[in-house]
Amino acid sequence: MIGLLKRDLTLAIRAGGGFGLSLAFFLIFTTLVPFGVGPQTAILSDIAPGILWLGALLACLLSLDRIFQLDWEDGTLDLIATSPVPLEGLAAMKALAHWITTGLPLVLVSPVLGLLLNLPGPGYLWLMASLVLGTPALSAIGAFGAALTVGVKRGGLLLSLLVLPLYVPTLIFGALTVARGATGQDALTPLILVGGITLGSLAILPFAAASALRVNLR
Amino acid sequence: MASFWEYANPRKFMATSAFLLPWTAGIAGLCLVTGLVWGFFFTPDDFRQGSTVKIIYVHVPSAIMAVNAWLMMLVASLIWVIRRHHVSALAAKAAAPVGMVFTVIALATGALWGQPMWGTWWEWDPRLTSFLILFLFYLGYMALWEAIDNPDSAADLTAVLCLVGSVFAIISRYALVFWNQGLHQGATLSLDREQNIANVFWYPLVITLAGFGFLFLALVLYRTQTEIRARRLKALIAQERMA
Repeated sequence: MIGLLKRDLTLAIRAGGGFGLSLAFFLIFTTLVPFGVGPQTAILSDIAPGILWLGALLACLLSLDRIFQLDWEDGTLDLIATSPVPLEGLAAMKALAHWITTGLPLVLVSPVLGLLLNLPGPGYLWLMASLVLGTPALSAIGAFGAALTVGVKRGGLLLSLLVLPLYVPTLIFGALTVARGATGQDALTPLILVGGITLGSLAILPFAAASALRVNLR
Repeated sequence: MASFWEYANPRKFMATSAFLLPWTAGIAGLCLVTGLVWGFFFTPDDFRQGSTVKIIYVHVPSAIMAVNAWLMMLVASLIWVIRRHHVSALAAKAAAPVGMVFTVIALATGALWGQPMWGTWWEWDPRLTSFLILFLFYLGYMALWEAIDNPDSAADLTAVLCLVGSVFAIISRYALVFWNQGLHQGATLSLDREQNIANVFWYPLVITLAGFGFLFLALVLYRTQTEIRARRLKALIAQERMA
């Protein structure tokens, strides 16, 4: 399983593409927001928590269809399925690799983008904390969605339709954490709830993803 | 009494549903006509809301059935996953568009009522928002059915989606309450109160509730029959090709 993770990471880094792309998307998305909303710093700092979380979520979404698609097309997935590694483990490792290549970089650049949107001072810590706790849930949910749609040709749009409603609770609590943290209210409660959703997703969704993969490999 | 599982046999299901269908459709029509006519024309206007209160005869039953339709799909999906009865998977597939239409009716009538009463068509209230999300879940579920060619894989994958979706729908519901306190009134109908609303409004409401329930049953039976026939047709065409 560690080997699988290493393989995915190496592929992601050497083949390029997914790694930098979602970061660039996050940057462009945040840059475009002031053009749409106007450059008033007061408004921007009000909406910054929500925008940053939305940007991270959409950036995650962009790279989801690559989680299983390439391995499915060249038959690697069949080989892994016949190997002794359980599919649940594969799904979990794929989600982890996705998180390391997209979620973690997003967390690291988020303070810089927060600066662009004039996020109030106390918000930065909460932003990073909520993203660190929340993005694994996004990856796990995404891996489940990708497993569902792996057999569908051009499943990207379908994947977003399936996955976005599932992202609702994570987004609500994540953005709420930052919004409350930025204005000095109690932000710990939503942060704990984000963590709860992540833990729940990590516990349940690899199994759901594996059962979906089994159906698609049949 | 025959076992419930007998209806996993499509032939048995077709026979029973063909018998039940006119009855459920008839009762649905009767209840809806009685309940709606009674509700619309023979109940007094509410002293604060005027005649707009009468929209509850459409709004409340469709909202209740929208949620119940998803529950029915959840149960049918579980039966499919556990016991592999094809009729069950087809019933879940048949229920989805019906449930989606009920969701749209509930949202639309709610907006129509909210405009004069709350002064707004839409408010990001937890109840309203969770219905919108339920609508999105229905859309995703139906889109997944459409996207996959192999009927068995489609049934499996949509069943998994329905199970996972249910969990997340419930979490979303509570997340939304946490997110925004909201404008929508609490539950109008609950069992733990002596009297929920005045009897003049209550009786027609119960009748329309029954009407919507039977309407859902009739539509699902009808659509399941259609799905079974479509499946048979597919098998026949495949046989022809083989021969």
